[in-house]
Amino acid sequence: MFYCSIVLLLWVVFISTYVVFLRLKCSFMYQKLLFIIFFISVSLMGMAQPNAGLTIPKGFTAVKLVEGYGKVRHIAVTPQGGIYVKLNKLYKTKGILYFKENTTTHQYVLTNSFGNYTGTGIYIKDQYLYASSDEEVFRYKLNEQGDVISTEAPEKVVTGLPSKGEHESKSIVLDNSGNLYVNIGAYSNSCQEQDREKGSMGMNPCPVLNEAGGIWKFNASGNNQTQKAGTRYATGLRNVVGLDWNVQTNSLFVMQHGRDQLHDLFPSLYNAKQSAELPSECMYELHNGTNCGWPYIYYDHLVNKKIVAPEYGGDGIKSTTEYQNPAIAFPAHLAPNGLLFYTGNKFPAKYKNGAFIAFHGSWNRAPLPQEGYYVVFVPFVNGKPTGQWEVFANGFAGAIKTPKGAEHRPCGLAQDAMGAIYVTDDSKGAIYKITYTGK
Amino acid sequence: MAIKGLFLFCIPLLGLAIAQPKKKVPVTQTIVYKQGKEVYKKVCLSCHMEDGGGVPRLNPPLINTTYVAGDKKQLISIVLKGMKERVAIDDEYYSNNMASHAYLSDVEIAAVLTYIRNSFGNKASVVSPAEVKQARANK
Repeated sequence: MFYCSIVLLLWVVFISTYVVFLRLKCSFMYQKLLFIIFFISVSLMGMAQPNAGLTIPKGFTAVKLVEGYGKVRHIAVTPQGGIYVKLNKLYKTKGILYFKENTTTHQYVLTNSFGNYTGTGIYIKDQYLYASSDEEVFRYKLNEQGDVISTEAPEKVVTGLPSKGEHESKSIVLDNSGNLYVNIGAYSNSCQEQDREKGSMGMNPCPVLNEAGGIWKFNASGNNQTQKAGTRYATGLRNVVGLDWNVQTNSLFVMQHGRDQLHDLFPSLYNAKQSAELPSECMYELHNGTNCGWPYIYYDHLVNKKIVAPEYGGDGIKSTTEYQNPAIAFPAHLAPNGLLFYTGNKFPAKYKNGAFIAFHGSWNRAPLPQEGYYVVFVPFVNGKPTGQWEVFANGFAGAIKTPKGAEHRPCGLAQDAMGAIYVTDDSKGAIYKITYTGK
Repeated sequence: MAIKGLFLFCIPLLGLAIAQPKKKVPVTQTIVYKQGKEVYKKVCLSCHMEDGGGVPRLNPPLINTTYVAGDKKQLISIVLKGMKERVAIDDEYYSNNMASHAYLSDVEIAAVLTYIRNSFGNKASVVSPAEVKQARANK
């Protein structure tokens, strides 16, 4: 408000004096002064955007810490407040960036960069920084300041994971018992004999599930573990990007990216609008052996049923009681890329143990407008979502809500020891910090 | 008889004479282009988007790329056979497989390729149904 009024005042001064100037044809000095006023007001307009252009609930403050680092995917914050991010495109030949706050200027500065591989996953646990490429998981020992001790000699925890084009990113999270969970996304949309081909039926049983389409569990301190050395913890998950360990329920929660193109592939069963609204983007609570049903079923939040996929004899209506039910289901195609359970004490009480979800934003909701490009909050009571989710932070996309036109696209989430949360953007490579000030 | 023959012979000439002074119709004004746009909306738009911009990391753009504006044979082949290889376009990779669209007719494929080769800022030669037919025969 303060900035806005100053800008408004400067503009009034500028325009009125400009009119006077035109009439009286004043001196060169006066002309110069006018332009100085003009530039100050323009630059202030840039700063005038409160909360870095985001719309957030009253009492919260958002700041853009850095920008311009490209495809910034997931994020991890050290207990000391340092920020590590994993890049899906190398920034000056490096795939992991480390930012620290300058104690005098309070600006976040790129302090270190390392790792010559691209990827998505990054996580901190027990003095180790874990990071993934699309095939491997590495870990780096941290010192007392949260800095990586040896950037050039990470331990290779997992190796040789399948990466076959589609859904290749490997998101990672650890539990409190020394286990590492890795998503291995299905390299297929719906396990058709010919991927994404109109009318092609599903392979039964779906062979992709043997080595992908699920969460694999590994020893977090193991060495060079192949996929066989790990266990398939949960299956029937098409692709998971956002996942987090819930310390309250002591269980793993994941967000699945639902299948695409119901109408394109089966136009006689689905119209374009149905295809835009289905299937749901689901949150699942997983335990050892959970099967969420991909590719055989998808979830329809409009009727709250697990619907048999058209590739497996479904007609859009036929449902089944088999397979895991989602903990909560969201509208289609919003692309949940980040999940974070809030364990801090700095936000109002309702946020405690609830889930933040970064929805990257849709591309396949035509003919409806694209949707997502925001961070959602889901309150949890006794380890269960209440179902009453709300948009927490919006406005990342700016004027154009399309994958290419969006200014920013929320992707990764993290929380620091002080109870602030962080949101990454893999479009322009920004990092936002959101704190609660009560004002 | 001879006069009638001469008369018949003159009709196409007359047609030519009328057509001659007219400027060449821009591709974007042709029926083929409009037909191509309809095919695009129905078949291609959901992945490659309305503006041909594609989806970062997933579906490649159709703008400023030799795959679209370059060799027609290669482009026709992508539509007929699909594309599963990962190739870099402007230093970016795209994950989603493109399926075969051989079920479209020669006319539809020619029209939609003519459309994308002359939309989104692209300017390239038209694709004829005969060229699609030829590509189908060669596979």
